[in-house]
Amino acid sequence: MNRTLANRLTPYMFLAPAAVILLVALIYPLGYVVYASFLNWNPSQRIGQAEFVGLRNYINLFSDESFRESFFVTIRFSVIVVSLEMFIGVGLAFLLDRNIRGMSALRTLFILPMMISPIVVGLMWRYMYHPTVGVFNRTLKALGFESMPWLLDGDWAFASIIIADVWQWVPFIFILSLAALQTLPQSVMEAARIDGASGWQSILYIKLPLMMPVLIITFLLRLIDSFKVLEVILVLTNGGPGLSTEVMALRISRTATEFRELGVAAAMSNILLLLLLMLTLAMFFYNKITEKRALRQKSEAAEEM
Amino acid sequence: MPVIELKNLKKTYGALTVIEDLNLTMADGEFVVLVGPSGCGKSTTLRMIAGLETNTDGQILVDGKDVSALEPKERDIAMVFQDYALYPHMNVAKNMSFALRLARYKKAEINKRVTEVAAMLDLTDYLDRMPGELSGGQRQRVAMGRALVRDASIFLFDEPLSNLDAKLRGQMRAELALLSQRIEKNIIYVTHDQIEAMTLGDRIVVMKAGEIMQQGTPEELYRTPANKFVAGFIGSPTMNFLDGTLATQAGRMVVQGESYAIPLPETYSQHLAGSDGQPVTLGVRPSSFEETDSDTALPMKIILSEYIGSQSVVICEFGGQRVSIEVNSAAPVKIGETRTFAVKEAEIHLFDPDTGASLLPASKL
Ligand SMILES: Nc1ncnc2c1ncn2[C@@H]1O[C@H](COP(=O)(O)OP(=O)(O)O)[C@@H](O)[C@H]1O
Ligand SMILES: [Mg+2]
Repeated sequence: MNRTLANRLTPYMFLAPAAVILLVALIYPLGYVVYASFLNWNPSQRIGQAEFVGLRNYINLFSDESFRESFFVTIRFSVIVVSLEMFIGVGLAFLLDRNIRGMSALRTLFILPMMISPIVVGLMWRYMYHPTVGVFNRTLKALGFESMPWLLDGDWAFASIIIADVWQWVPFIFILSLAALQTLPQSVMEAARIDGASGWQSILYIKLPLMMPVLIITFLLRLIDSFKVLEVILVLTNGGPGLSTEVMALRISRTATEFRELGVAAAMSNILLLLLLMLTLAMFFYNKITEKRALRQKSEAAEEM
Repeated sequence: MPVIELKNLKKTYGALTVIEDLNLTMADGEFVVLVGPSGCGKSTTLRMIAGLETNTDGQILVDGKDVSALEPKERDIAMVFQDYALYPHMNVAKNMSFALRLARYKKAEINKRVTEVAAMLDLTDYLDRMPGELSGGQRQRVAMGRALVRDASIFLFDEPLSNLDAKLRGQMRAELALLSQRIEKNIIYVTHDQIEAMTLGDRIVVMKAGEIMQQGTPEELYRTPANKFVAGFIGSPTMNFLDGTLATQAGRMVVQGESYAIPLPETYSQHLAGSDGQPVTLGVRPSSFEETDSDTALPMKIILSEYIGSQSVVICEFGGQRVSIEVNSAAPVKIGETRTFAVKEAEIHLFDPDTGASLLPASKL
């Protein structure tokens, strides 16, 4: 073997262990799920014993009313929670972006919900939503209002899971937007003040546009995550009443455990995966585009020097 | 254009007092430069005038009206920042017109003003560039353009040239001087660079640790510095300081050092008569030496020569101290040789070694 070839191969040799791990940890399970989605597979069978049915699982899914229902429940849930969370999180960041005493303690307090395990969050909210002993209905009653069917009515249950999710994930957006806000160049904001911008105007015309790259990434991350939401809803409503809160992750979990159709569950997972992949790619390309633009601006500026 | 007065201005950050008691009057249409070492409170003073910082105490009067409680936008000021502070997401035209758009000017009026100012600053070809696509000098001009478009009556500059390289800084300094003649506004300019201060200012205010050390025209500060700090800060290369005591020799006042006696001019000797034995600090600029063979000349051993061009600065050893002397580069000097120099009497400065105050009679200050 000649020297240059050896030199050229060296980096690949160093990469090899990581590549193997990637293959085992990522590609293998992925391949497994894709393969499984072509099977009529019962959990009591070994994978080798399952019958190969080709695309039947996918074709059936498209005419499956319940699956379609859960697909739209997920979309509706994601769009609503992420919009609400972005709005509240970014708003809070603007409110709390000031240097007053005790602010750092307050900020720490704000991110607590994010640190609690989703199962616990679910349990906690379930107690709070409890029709008779829950804090919401007790408070309503104490104030002389009627109690609400928090988890008992389809629309109310959907609203309830949205409230719980917003409560848990607003901090995430708050923290990221606050960080973005605090790294904005101070003098630019001062220049805007001197140019006559009011507080609102400097938020609208200066701060928000400058935070946009971070906000877009945050938005996509949160959107991807919200498509996979499971635990809180599992504990709170388990998809009910009816199918009103049955998101896709829950549908998948139930298909695998209750209906014992591993192949169908795998096919659903793959559809969800495809959806997430598209979002991730959107994020990836957004990054690429902004990077390219920054690079182009730099090189053009360099030419002028 | 207004008269700006700072009266008993004070600024503290918590326990830290940055500015104790500042009093300053800036006349109509004047180009005032605040100069001083970094951290002395120049920016803080400027930012209080701008309204970006609130003053802890005292008044900021514009034409006699106290503006300290007003928002920046109500003060009729424009400001250029050290890092330019351009809006990174707006192109040059949008950057320059931001204030006008906020103030809801007519489109035609905005276009007219932006075009005018862009032409004045050579920015016409760059109006649709983003700040990221501009060089440092161009960004600097956009920052200036943004201030000019406003047509405010007071212009504040906070070290606007310090982020540029030396050559560009020289160019922009000249452009700024030309510009200031044309626009006839009140300009308050902050810098730590005494050359910038000397070349630009109608009046220079030298600050140190939040206090004004002296103010006056560039020439006043150079010829009659009120104290050792100003003497050492203004002028390049910097003034030499030698310690000595006052003495009378053959009927003349002299400064007596370890190995020298330098005679004082009349202005000092009358004023200081009878103060024999008082310790003083003698200040002599490098340009105040002349080479002679007279018997009062001082022998200097040359240890280093810095060639600048037509002049060279030679660093000499003299009486155990180092002294820098400006000489004509045409006459070659050799390292290690000893030459004799005399001090030009009229250009001598004397300072109190304890307080640093000039010992020049008050009438001459
Ligand atoms: N926001 C602030 N909080 C606390 N100290 C400050 C603040 N801004 C400036 N200072 C202090 O005030 C002093 C003067 O600062 P500044 O006016 O920026 O000096 P310069 O003359 O270099 O412009 C410095 O000691 C600085 O540390
Ligand atoms: Mg400063």
